[in-house]
Amino acid sequence: MARLNDNNLRIAAELIGRYPRPKSALIPLLHLAQEQDGFVSNEAMEHLAELLDLTPAEVMGTCTFYEMFKLEPVGDYRINICHGISCHLMGADDLIHHAEQSLGVRQGTVTGDGISIEGVECIAACTEAPCLQVNYRYMNKVSNQGFDALVNGIRDGSVNVPKHGTLALVRQHIPEDKAAGNAMVESDDPPAWWPKPAVEEGAE
Amino acid sequence: MPVEKIVTSRFDNLEAHKLETYLETGGYVALRKALDMTPEEVHNEVRGASVLGRGGAGFPAGVKWGFCPPGVWPRYLVVNGDESEPGTYKDRQLLERDPHQIIEGCLLACYAVGLTQCFLYIRGEMAHAQERVAAALNDAYKAGYVGKNILGTDFSVDIVLHWGAGAYIVGEETALIESLEGNRGMPRLKPPFFPAAVGLYGQPTIVNNVETLANLPWIVENGAEAYAAMGAENSKGTRVFAVSGHVNNPGVFEVEFGTTTFRDIIEGSDYAGGVRAGKKLKGFVPGGASAPWFFEEHLDLPLEKVAVDQAGSMLGSGAIVVMDEDTDMVKACHNLVRFFARESCGKCTPCREGTTWLERILSRIIAGEGRPSDLALLLEVSENISPGIAWPPKQTTICPLGPSAVSPIASSIDRFRSEFEDYITLSDRRVIPVGSA
Repeated sequence: MARLNDNNLRIAAELIGRYPRPKSALIPLLHLAQEQDGFVSNEAMEHLAELLDLTPAEVMGTCTFYEMFKLEPVGDYRINICHGISCHLMGADDLIHHAEQSLGVRQGTVTGDGISIEGVECIAACTEAPCLQVNYRYMNKVSNQGFDALVNGIRDGSVNVPKHGTLALVRQHIPEDKAAGNAMVESDDPPAWWPKPAVEEGAE
Repeated sequence: MPVEKIVTSRFDNLEAHKLETYLETGGYVALRKALDMTPEEVHNEVRGASVLGRGGAGFPAGVKWGFCPPGVWPRYLVVNGDESEPGTYKDRQLLERDPHQIIEGCLLACYAVGLTQCFLYIRGEMAHAQERVAAALNDAYKAGYVGKNILGTDFSVDIVLHWGAGAYIVGEETALIESLEGNRGMPRLKPPFFPAAVGLYGQPTIVNNVETLANLPWIVENGAEAYAAMGAENSKGTRVFAVSGHVNNPGVFEVEFGTTTFRDIIEGSDYAGGVRAGKKLKGFVPGGASAPWFFEEHLDLPLEKVAVDQAGSMLGSGAIVVMDEDTDMVKACHNLVRFFARESCGKCTPCREGTTWLERILSRIIAGEGRPSDLALLLEVSENISPGIAWPPKQTTICPLGPSAVSPIASSIDRFRSEFEDYITLSDRRVIPVGSA
């Protein structure tokens, strides 16, 4: 629950370096903080503000706009059950009801062993309705039995999903010698491949 | 019947996300071809193909590119991969299954318009798509397809993978730019109407949808003429549709614009295979949650922009959601309105307050607490968000999110008024709160 550790600081520097203006890296950095701690702590937001030369309030302002950032712990396994229109038509309400009954918690509450459920808006798997995500990994055409099997799998460790906060397991890495470099606002040169004007100015 | 696939041609190949497979199946051929052409020639091909933007608004991409003020640098490309419209499931598949095709599309756009940095904004919830694109970019950088001096030429551009964090509104292009600048994702006041004039960091910026870019390699390789030969008068090429809801075979289908009808794609055995369990069709959403609903009499309309616009709805994001005869239309309407109420960014009062009230009124109707005056109230609130409740919608808001919440209300009250009245007047619909007896 803290500032970014040394390894994440190194990743943060790489992320910030990819944008013409540092503040653009804020959302990726908030994900990094959430990956480290499972949620975004006040200390982490203060640290990001230092890194980006912002106030902590500006960081919090952006952070609180976005659904995925959690300001308090939500357990290691977050199950988001889609209740968008396609999933609604295919029984999402019943699935959410079953999930609440089966786990013994309401939406937004965490079980003693770190599982929480939430009804969420469309997660783009509409032809596979009803669907859900466990820590943003998909499970399609979910039945009540399928949900129970998933929870059992989480509890006995057979479901292989990174803990809440970790998104993609592959990061982009731009090798230094291959980078084209940021398009800085301050430089108003046309791109190198852009055709030069037909008549050379100042030819005399 | 199946047509030539333009953007989903590699979907049957489960290895298509890998660079070597992409190269074996014609990948980066268009890029090599483009690098032998001038940027203007590439732009002209795309303009000539009249490829309509696939995000929802359907604006021709080649024309949009032309809005960059001449001589103003740098220019940016922002890829809209924030697919979140309920019922829409195409961009995620394109990103996961064929990421290099999107990367190649980005490169072609950058080359043609002189865009010197590209930001690929992928919805935060799509962890797998982010992994696939990150891996594809890492390979493409190593092999010299992206970055400095691409394929040994003076064409250089970085493609930066950027993650969203859960906000539907960020699909609106000026909100997307705000989000990319590290701010709350709220749409910008118009004018300027197009970020091509003033966009990211105040610079000319092209915002294109993932599917739009996926069309570019085919267009550059085969030429504008071949592309424009497919489709209808005003909608060229093909389009990817996701058919979901109460159908036998829900799926994602790429079809030729204009030659296929809603009946074909909903009932055809090559497509969604008809309403499930032999039930009758009650209605369908033709183009995402924002689109007014269609019914049986619309089934023979072609999947084509002008015909659908004239019939009073839109193809929008390519999401067809089918509802069978057993569907509770009041609950379906509430479901869509709740979406917009939850996703309203809060910037404009009519949307922030209006969508919230619409959702509350519908909730109390479903809970058996509806009042006889509630239907008129729903329409009155709708009128305040979208004056005249017409199509295409007028709006009292900066962006179309608020008016989108009006579509399901207008459609369902107009067609299924008695279902609402039953909820309000019939006692057997009432849910008695636990413990109240």
